[in-house]
Amino acid sequence: MFKTEKAKLPALLEKIGEARDLIVPVLRCGQVNFELWERESQADLETLKTSKSPKDVFFPQSETLYSCIRDGKKISVKAEELRDRPFVVFGMKSCDVKALEVLDRVFLDEPADTYYQARREMGTVVSLACREPEETCFCRAFGIDCAEPEGDVAVWMTDASLYWKPLTEKGKALTGLVEDLLTDAGESELDEEKENIRSVCDQLPYMDLSLEGWNPESLQEKFDSPLWEELYRPCLACGTCTFVCPTCQCYDIKDFDTGHGVYRYRCWDSCMYSDFTMMAHGNNRTSQMQRFRQRFMHKLIYYPANYGGMYSCVGCGRCVSKCPSSLNIVKVIKKFAESSGDEGRGGVRP
Amino acid sequence: MQEFMNEMIRRGKELLSGGAVQRVLGWKKGDLGYNPEPAFFLGEQDLDEFVYDGFCGANLSKFMIEASKMEGKTLVFLKPCDTYSYKQLLMEHRVDREKSYIIGVGCSGKLDVNKMQREGIRGIKSVEEEGDVLRFHTVYGEKECPRSRMLLERCHVCKGKEHQIYDERIGESEETGDRDRFEQVRQIEAMEPEERFAFFKGELSKCIRCNACRNVCPACSCRKCVFDGSQFDSSQKANADSFEEQMFHIIRAFHVTGRCTDCGECSRVCPQGIPLHLFNRKLIKDINTFYGEYQAGVSTDCEMPLTDYTAGDPEPNAAERGR
Repeated sequence: MFKTEKAKLPALLEKIGEARDLIVPVLRCGQVNFELWERESQADLETLKTSKSPKDVFFPQSETLYSCIRDGKKISVKAEELRDRPFVVFGMKSCDVKALEVLDRVFLDEPADTYYQARREMGTVVSLACREPEETCFCRAFGIDCAEPEGDVAVWMTDASLYWKPLTEKGKALTGLVEDLLTDAGESELDEEKENIRSVCDQLPYMDLSLEGWNPESLQEKFDSPLWEELYRPCLACGTCTFVCPTCQCYDIKDFDTGHGVYRYRCWDSCMYSDFTMMAHGNNRTSQMQRFRQRFMHKLIYYPANYGGMYSCVGCGRCVSKCPSSLNIVKVIKKFAESSGDEGRGGVRP
Repeated sequence: MQEFMNEMIRRGKELLSGGAVQRVLGWKKGDLGYNPEPAFFLGEQDLDEFVYDGFCGANLSKFMIEASKMEGKTLVFLKPCDTYSYKQLLMEHRVDREKSYIIGVGCSGKLDVNKMQREGIRGIKSVEEEGDVLRFHTVYGEKECPRSRMLLERCHVCKGKEHQIYDERIGESEETGDRDRFEQVRQIEAMEPEERFAFFKGELSKCIRCNACRNVCPACSCRKCVFDGSQFDSSQKANADSFEEQMFHIIRAFHVTGRCTDCGECSRVCPQGIPLHLFNRKLIKDINTFYGEYQAGVSTDCEMPLTDYTAGDPEPNAAERGR
């Protein structure tokens, strides 16, 4: 465990940014989102949540996979080069770091997605503990502790100090790069800070959301529930929830005709969209109710069924604050709990 | 507002029980004190969850397209500015007047949750509205601020207290307008072209193509949007480059020109805080300049500036010469 003065943060970012590609939350046109750091960037590590999750650092919204170029009667195919330059993403919160685990299981499962894999190998994750979690946060419901973030290096920012704790080999390598800015610190110096964060969490309304009843065994019961018909009604069928989500991983593959060839690219897809999983025979979900149901069934039933019980929601709460109709996964979980007819099961404590 | 919420519930129950309407379209209580959702209420009991407060910004007129396809009548609560959208949809034959029972409800301006967040109000447990004071009970202590500071942008350029269409009215409205509707447009017009391009490029580069602006927009009522077609290279979610976002928003702004009532829903829902209403307002301002003052959603006669030809119409290059 190391520390430095909080005032040294700009120097720390500069040091990393000069040596490696550095991706940090930056304030641009009123919004804070992760982007490549430049000397004139307005880095903002105070804002609790970026508008979009940092998942696009590893899984970009749109990326070319390969291109086909036509030259007379010859066609050549050129694969996109894989990421081979190390980079650092600084300031990911516990929930967003956990979300990488969700993505890893999908993209690193055999056969591994080489584009994603290369970015994961080249990337060093510096996480940041939450200082003032919000009412929309519910990471604890998924066993995540926002006072003890994972990643390659964990960072805490108190009023005066910045604490730095390498957790992996990659983290130790990065520590070597900035060590002249750091001094030794004792683990216990953070006890009070962590205690404060956790006691705030105790008071937040969503933190103790119960997921009881959401398991692969209840697939059919949940799928057939009449509640979906009521729940989906205000849904506008936009993709906001899926595009700000750190774990939504569905993508579409398309061709872009350049006039003398084709870029084959993939882009994030959204189960809220009418052409989601469109196939030659048509679409297997023909109503918005079915598409709406898909999102929550995927996160709370299908994904856990495929990946050892792990949910594909991390409780970051972005969908809670961004949905134009104020719908979200918490309301869905609560509605099912209320309707279970079994007092004391599921839902949020009174 | 709270005073007449009970009256709204009472009327809703009365009309439901008498069979005059089959459902009520309104807002349902949220669970955070500021997140009510649009909802159809089918039974009298359901209306116990009905709410009407400063956070009911959602314009319900677009839901009436769907309601018009349902069996029987729908009672819908519309704020003064929402009625412009309803009336425009009526003119376009997208909603069925016979299947609508409209209660015009009073409005004293709606609140902007994003502004609250920007002011650092977080950890909210509950919110109280008392006259011009907003009181927040948060895990970080009590916070207070003037209500007028948290209003949605559209409320600062309020179109007035008059409902454009209704069957009955409940509650009084307050005028909240305190800004010139076209001031921001004029500021942008005054920019040098490079500066203006940089401004829009900065804003639009934040777009994530979630289509929330399009899907919430009452003027975007096409059965199938051109951007949802899989044959089109620039469809829906795909961005080959950042130019596509710009193209999407500009095409959309042109498509709703003359029909956009300036309800401000696009800017309210944008998850990236893009001031989308500026495009629409620029085009409204141009229409006013070239064809005379025009407000969509006031009249249901079909003489609209861009669909009705007159010999005195400006030439195609007028916009260029106009500025």
